Amino acid sequence: MEASDIPTPGTPAYELSDVHYSYRDIPALQGLSLCIPAGERIALLGANGSGKSTLLRLLDALYFADRGRVLAFGEVLSELRLREEAVAHAFRRRVGLVFQNPDVQLFNPTVFDELAFGPLQLGWDAGKIRRRVKETLAEFSIEALANRSPHRLSGGEKRRVALASVLITRPQVLLLDEPTADLDPPTQSQVVRFLGGCRGTGRTLVMAIHDLGIVAEIADSCIVLQSGRLVAEGSPAEILGNESLLRSFGLLHRR
Amino acid sequence: MELSAHAERRAARAGFLQGLDPRIKTLGLLLLVLTAVLVKSPVPLVGLFGFAILLASGSHIGIVGLARRVWLPVLLFTGMIAAPALFLVPGDTLATVPLLDWTITRQGARSAAFLIGRAETTASFASLLVLTTPWPHVLKALRSLRVPLVVIVILGMTHRYIFVLLGTAVSMLEAQRSRLMGPLSGREHRRLAAASAVVLLDKALHLSTEVHLAMIARGYRGEVHLLDDFRTRLSDWIVLAGFLAVAAAALGLQ
Repeated sequence: MEASDIPTPGTPAYELSDVHYSYRDIPALQGLSLCIPAGERIALLGANGSGKSTLLRLLDALYFADRGRVLAFGEVLSELRLREEAVAHAFRRRVGLVFQNPDVQLFNPTVFDELAFGPLQLGWDAGKIRRRVKETLAEFSIEALANRSPHRLSGGEKRRVALASVLITRPQVLLLDEPTADLDPPTQSQVVRFLGGCRGTGRTLVMAIHDLGIVAEIADSCIVLQSGRLVAEGSPAEILGNESLLRSFGLLHRR
Repeated sequence: MELSAHAERRAARAGFLQGLDPRIKTLGLLLLVLTAVLVKSPVPLVGLFGFAILLASGSHIGIVGLARRVWLPVLLFTGMIAAPALFLVPGDTLATVPLLDWTITRQGARSAAFLIGRAETTASFASLLVLTTPWPHVLKALRSLRVPLVVIVILGMTHRYIFVLLGTAVSMLEAQRSRLMGPLSGREHRRLAAASAVVLLDKALHLSTEVHLAMIARGYRGEVHLLDDFRTRLSDWIVLAGFLAVAAAALGLQ
């Protein structure tokens, strides 16, 4: 992480107040208010359709609230502000989103180009980009894939390339939508180790998670959503230890 | 997908057109396309077509491959459009179609041949551009030639999401096959194909939005950025002058 990117721990990375968002007539978020402190690793839990992915897209300024207010790093996150080149540039440098479906995220001819895409958009110089791409390829053990087409990779490889393509810019805030979905056990362990290793680095992590077995290892706190509303929050121990809560919000199998 | 990967590999090879500054190459080839559209007699058109073959040979583009992937499809497509001219343009009788008793006129045949020749020549120059230039370089070259940003975004998006769309189409086809109990009748097959096309179109719309969001999430704002900077050398200017001379000669020959 760049020195200028290190946030002051404890200050809010995001503050949401009474946020509403709908897909046409279908409400996805309904009056959501929450605070995400900088440097924390937060697991978003909830059944399918609870609003986790929508929330991540709002935090990444891909969607904008229909009602309510979203503050990122103390500034209002609005479509109008993001149209300004300097604001968009500063925001994209600080925040990265790893999509649930790696296929939509991998759109370049080679893995090397895929990793270079983000830095190129941020205007880094060619030498720095080449160096950083090499480092990131090594970091994710994907050097052998550098000249391959991302569309021809296996599911696990695609996921690693998608993660690497976002992490190459060392974003201060990392948003992950189901980061361990469809992964084989070794690749899943690798991702979990990486996310677990983010503890204490100052990086803010917000992750939509279905696999409760990894939450304690990768998150400092949990937020539970249901029908676009915040229904519970607490430490992994508090949330995962409350079986009736997990069952009532569709996070455990029904007996 | 195979074709695109093949084109990217060929674009990276050494060759006459591959060695040019993409801006000069784009400008020169567009100039030749424009010339092919403007010429009004067959001799310069044949000359331009011959020049396209010469450029393809110098750039290690196989003539057989070019014929199969470009000339034949263009012939079939433009042929369908040009065919009515054979019979509808009034003039001297050249031949008569047996049984139907339709008359092919000399002027009609000339119009049809000219239309096909023009389409083949322009398609050849356009194909040479995309077969000898990596797609991002084509986009950056077009942008540096002041092509509006919205056109660049549309071209870039189309190229990027077509792979996702193809993948989805293949998956849908496989999913259908896996659930079919036996061969379908022609009617059932057509009905299934029509229904699949609708679903694919809907998915395509969704996917194109997703791909665009993924690009925005990584800082994309429509501009094309590349690791390699373009450099124009004296040889590029000489080649452009050569292209200009060919275009001027073709127009002057009329």
